[in-house]
Amino acid sequence: MTGDLPTLVPVLPEIILAVGAMVLLMLGVFQGDKSYNQITSLSVILLIAAGVVMFTQVGGERQLTFGGMFVTDAFAVFAKTLVFVGSGIALLMSGRFMQDHKIGRFEFPILVLLATVGMMLMISANNLMSVYVGLELQSLSLYVLAAMNRDRSRSTEAGLKYFVLGALSSGMLLYGISLIYGFAGTTDFDMLATTLKGLHEPALGITVGMVFLLAGLCFKVSAVPFHMWTPDVYEGAPTPVTAFFAAAPKIAALALFVRAMVGAFPAMTGEWQQVVVFVSIASMLVGAFIALVQTNIKRLMAYSSIGHVGFALVGLAAGTQQGVEALLVYIAIYLTMTLGAFAAILSMRRSEGMVEDISDLAGLSQTNLPMAIGIATLMFSLAGIPLLAGFFGKWYVFKAAVDAGLVPLAVIGLVTSVVSCYYYLRIIKIMFFDEPAPAFEGGQGKAVSLVVGVAAVLNSPVSFLLISPLVAAAAWAAGSLLF
Amino acid sequence: MTIGLGHYLTVAAILFVFGIFGIFLNRKNVIIILMSVELILLAVNINLVAFSTFLHDMVGQVFAMFVLTVAAAEAAIGLAILVIYFRTRGSIAVEDINQMKG
Repeated sequence: MTGDLPTLVPVLPEIILAVGAMVLLMLGVFQGDKSYNQITSLSVILLIAAGVVMFTQVGGERQLTFGGMFVTDAFAVFAKTLVFVGSGIALLMSGRFMQDHKIGRFEFPILVLLATVGMMLMISANNLMSVYVGLELQSLSLYVLAAMNRDRSRSTEAGLKYFVLGALSSGMLLYGISLIYGFAGTTDFDMLATTLKGLHEPALGITVGMVFLLAGLCFKVSAVPFHMWTPDVYEGAPTPVTAFFAAAPKIAALALFVRAMVGAFPAMTGEWQQVVVFVSIASMLVGAFIALVQTNIKRLMAYSSIGHVGFALVGLAAGTQQGVEALLVYIAIYLTMTLGAFAAILSMRRSEGMVEDISDLAGLSQTNLPMAIGIATLMFSLAGIPLLAGFFGKWYVFKAAVDAGLVPLAVIGLVTSVVSCYYYLRIIKIMFFDEPAPAFEGGQGKAVSLVVGVAAVLNSPVSFLLISPLVAAAAWAAGSLLF
Repeated sequence: MTIGLGHYLTVAAILFVFGIFGIFLNRKNVIIILMSVELILLAVNINLVAFSTFLHDMVGQVFAMFVLTVAAAEAAIGLAILVIYFRTRGSIAVEDINQMKG
């Protein structure tokens, strides 16, 4: 092993993205900010290329490389596909907004690419060391992205808050990792799993370390009680950045959460299950109740995303293969809903600039009916109204929870889901029945309207046709984890 | 008295708690928060190196090197964000970071 090069085939997509990002960085440095559009398009092409290479060269076979630190399997392929879609669409939607606000700097797409590399490393991490490095590569890029609009005090405040709390959570995660390493003697997921299975009862240090690790992971997926940063960062960061935050990093962090718990601590399922159940209930409650009083739509979406993470964690709380499968279905549907909703927010633009209040949507059905119908479909889907895609996601996670014997958790989930209907339906009521506010200006570019349209169609009853292939893919992905 | 693993772990735990309290109790200055973060990472490094020696395993020391490197990058980005924050607001007092609430 020593002296030999590790097999590079499983990491090809990551290598392509990392090297490509650096080439684009050079291109940007030499051409200056006028190359923003060119570099954004090239970044999207790079993401597509990495995706194609992932499907043709890597495949869903379980392969280890770099001394077992990096793993790729069906689960990684599934999660990485979602991350590619999230990052790519966030980039496509950003162009006009960034130039309107004079922050169309070429660093933006490059930071998104580097964050994507970090997310892919998180998804494929098979060792606590690669978890940390992947997580930090992602987080450090995201801190800068949040503060991207550096002349606007809200954006810098968002960056500062995100940085301070993110650094604290990385510290807690690391402290947990150091305890796990010390008491189990290894950082490798597979070896951890075998070591823990061999122990009659895990040492106290391992349990404490795992709780710290869970706390750090909860912060990254913005689950309650580590959600404090989410509303402020979502509100303060430029909207395309918020759209990116709500989509790709959340999926990567949830995938890492699943792999760390299922891959490294299967012997301690009883211990982590309690924590995940608590976190998931708390997230669903906060997501449902605090969102009721929000007036800013980006803040509302932040609480909505906290609630959705709670629902997704119901699947993990079940602790079964069926639960993980449900979680994967849920995050895939969540991705389409959240990207569509943020595309709609990006189209809320008047001559005086972007508006972000829910009341600005008043009477949208009279000024722009197709957009109003699109947003209404997405809101119904976010609320989980039957026949729409969001309903299927919730149905699968609750079914997994009930099958695993967690009936109270599923009941709380249903109740919070009904409560959260209120604020989604209120948006629809404001759009269709209130006195019209001044119309929005068009001109956010075709990409934004297209994303709203496609997301609305995917979430409409058309999803009946797509749900069975999605479930089959999720089952294939969940089956590659070792249960 | 010989100094064993327990002593190192105690020192690290104390530093870690100092770091956490430094972030939450400090109401004055963001720089102090950055220092507290460094303190937390230092505690982790002490833990890792102590365990590494105790287990006769190199992984912990390699990990400590990674933590050092990432901590440097993190501090650089934190200070950079702090500088642009100061430029727009003219203050880095913790109680002034309150434009967004709810």
